[in-house]
Amino acid sequence: MSTDSIGNPSDRLILPQYERDDASHPALDTPEYFSTSQRSPLRPLQLLPQNLTEITGPVLGHERVGETDHDLTVQHEGEPLGERIVVSGRVVDSDGKPVPHTLVEVWQANASGRYRHAGDRHPAPLDPNFSGVGRCMTDENGHYRFVTIKPGAYPWRNHDNAWRPAHIHFSLFGRAFTQRLVTQMYFPGDPLFYQDPIFQSVRDPKARERMICEFDLDSTIPEWALAYHFDIVLRGSHATPFEAEEDDDDD
Amino acid sequence: MTTERSVELTPVSQPATTPSQTVGPFFALPGGLPWPDGPDLLPPHAPDAVMLRGRLSDGAGEPVPDGLIEIWQSDERGRFAHPDDPREQATDFRGFGRCATGPDGEFWFRTVKPAPLPTPAGATEAPHINVTVLARGLLDRVVTRIYFPDDPMANATDPVLSAVDPARRDTLVATATADGFRFDIRLQGDDETIFFAV
Repeated sequence: MSTDSIGNPSDRLILPQYERDDASHPALDTPEYFSTSQRSPLRPLQLLPQNLTEITGPVLGHERVGETDHDLTVQHEGEPLGERIVVSGRVVDSDGKPVPHTLVEVWQANASGRYRHAGDRHPAPLDPNFSGVGRCMTDENGHYRFVTIKPGAYPWRNHDNAWRPAHIHFSLFGRAFTQRLVTQMYFPGDPLFYQDPIFQSVRDPKARERMICEFDLDSTIPEWALAYHFDIVLRGSHATPFEAEEDDDDD
Repeated sequence: MTTERSVELTPVSQPATTPSQTVGPFFALPGGLPWPDGPDLLPPHAPDAVMLRGRLSDGAGEPVPDGLIEIWQSDERGRFAHPDDPREQATDFRGFGRCATGPDGEFWFRTVKPAPLPTPAGATEAPHINVTVLARGLLDRVVTRIYFPDDPMANATDPVLSAVDPARRDTLVATATADGFRFDIRLQGDDETIFFAV
């Protein structure tokens, strides 16, 4: 190995370290959610130190976002059926710092609870004017905003008379591999929460609340659309005491 | 999630992150997560291209046809196009790939082989690719690493690879093929792939 490929060994590499928050996340092995039975790893996870590959991550920019990707109601000739909503909020880390210029991807069922996907057999109508896919970038303060329609609840075969509460899927990259998050946003007061093993897989009730958006009167568009607010919290990074000296390491 | 070893970091404050939820079975909507160029990290005639192929399977050995595999790696000189890489750098290599598994559980990437990396502790990590696996039935992503069969010396001293159970170490090492490498991922079972808590 040449020193060129790994850098000068005498330079001390100072990297951020991202906090773990295991208590907020579901256990992989959650028997109530039947699909975990053949798919969740059963051996203990090994701890991976946070080195260069972990504290970096894909920098995905505006080239990934089309002109109408943030507005799921204008992607077709006509308007989709359903209740128009604005979904907006901030992506921050657990230290409260905004996560700017990061890609947010969403996907969802239509107003009648049907996905535009060959695998979705729910006998509810497809909407020719709704694809259910959106993308946007957070701004410099971590703000994002989508316009969409409120998704419907739908049945699935996990247990007898099982229904998924209405939800929008979110995918986030953050700044580092350690911050990658795929989650689901739920709506306040949904009567289906109690019987949903995916929602309930998060054991801490306070953590579950962080998956539920809030009605957001200030963001409504009068005579046009209701609005919900949903902040997303990614893992924060420890500041290192050496950070201020980083400049001294430059040759 | 449980970890075999625990290295405690002093918590600055009680973190309160948004919980993970499964990616579910329907992420592959038209125009959805599987980007058209997702598996192909390189321009058309890149000279150092390698094909990385694999199969995602479940605890019964059955293919997982509705999974999403993501990779993150350095370029062939060990550089990341990222502001938190403090080393001198110049790369326009995307480093990120995403591929939905097919009906047979197969996935592929066209990429380059990454290079060794220095660690803050002064060690050297062997060339590796970080992998995220998302699927229906996984309530959180699972993470693994791909190492390469043609780096036996570097692999032997890699701080991550040398810390795992020797009996299972091979699950992290790809095999050579005519045009690149093969890396199968087994979510569960006797030959379960080693997964990491990051």
